[in-house]
Amino acid sequence: MIAFWFLGIILIASAVWTITARKAVYSVVALLLNFAVLAVLYLTLSAEFLAVIQIIVYSGAILVLFVFVIALLSSGVAPFAMGPNRLPRIWLPAGILGLAALGFLMFAVSGGPAVTAPSSGPVGTAGVFGSIANFGKALFTVELLPFEVTALILMVAVIGVITLGGEQMREPSARDEAKVQREMREAILREGEG
Amino acid sequence: MPVPIGDYVALASVMFFIGVVGVVVRRNPLIMLMSIELMFNAANVLLIAFARAWLQNAGQIFAFLVITVAAAEAAIGLAIIVSTFRPERFVDVDDVRTLRG
Repeated sequence: MIAFWFLGIILIASAVWTITARKAVYSVVALLLNFAVLAVLYLTLSAEFLAVIQIIVYSGAILVLFVFVIALLSSGVAPFAMGPNRLPRIWLPAGILGLAALGFLMFAVSGGPAVTAPSSGPVGTAGVFGSIANFGKALFTVELLPFEVTALILMVAVIGVITLGGEQMREPSARDEAKVQREMREAILREGEG
Repeated sequence: MPVPIGDYVALASVMFFIGVVGVVVRRNPLIMLMSIELMFNAANVLLIAFARAWLQNAGQIFAFLVITVAAAEAAIGLAIIVSTFRPERFVDVDDVRTLRG
């Protein structure tokens, strides 16, 4: 209970920091904090494998990609502008409606089971809910189709990224090749003189 | 002490809402992508919390699927950003002289 509220406050604060930071690098740092705290929250929900995946995939791969793109785009270039206020005058009715919808949603699920602390025991044992052994067994037997769909999604992503990046690379024209050959000939001639 | 499932709904809703505000208000494409990641994670919190509450594996499997989709989305989104906002054309790493002393 205490852990949930402690983690929740950090999660919301870091999420707010993510969208209000002036520079994109600070947003990445805030998002890193958010993802790390989310991994701890997953552990309290006995999702061991997903906590590890959260750290490896999000903090390790996606955020590094963000940092790389920021470094590529904003070296010596002015940061992107904040832009005008995109929520003029509608924030009050929108907030009231959103709070009402949230209250309705919480009322709707209030009859459901409460989330208890994860069962203590050896980590990774089979049969315990949420253990890595249990998750892996489900992933490769009952839920094999979603696992194969993830492979398809990743392949589509790889093809898409190659298509997007590949159109930047143009084929060397005949003029470029002639220039390269001329430079090579001149270099060989210089070598011969020296 | 057990936590009511409604508290997880509230936490995930607030995180999702912060992500929506980030996409609507900010004009920086990188921060918009990060806000989308926040929304993905809010959905994941709900999936995992409900999986824990009902002791069903399907929620965790679906959260795994969502993480894959988020990774693919980030890769493609960043590729689009790079191809759109490319400040200079790096043909060769030897041409990059920004850090030369």
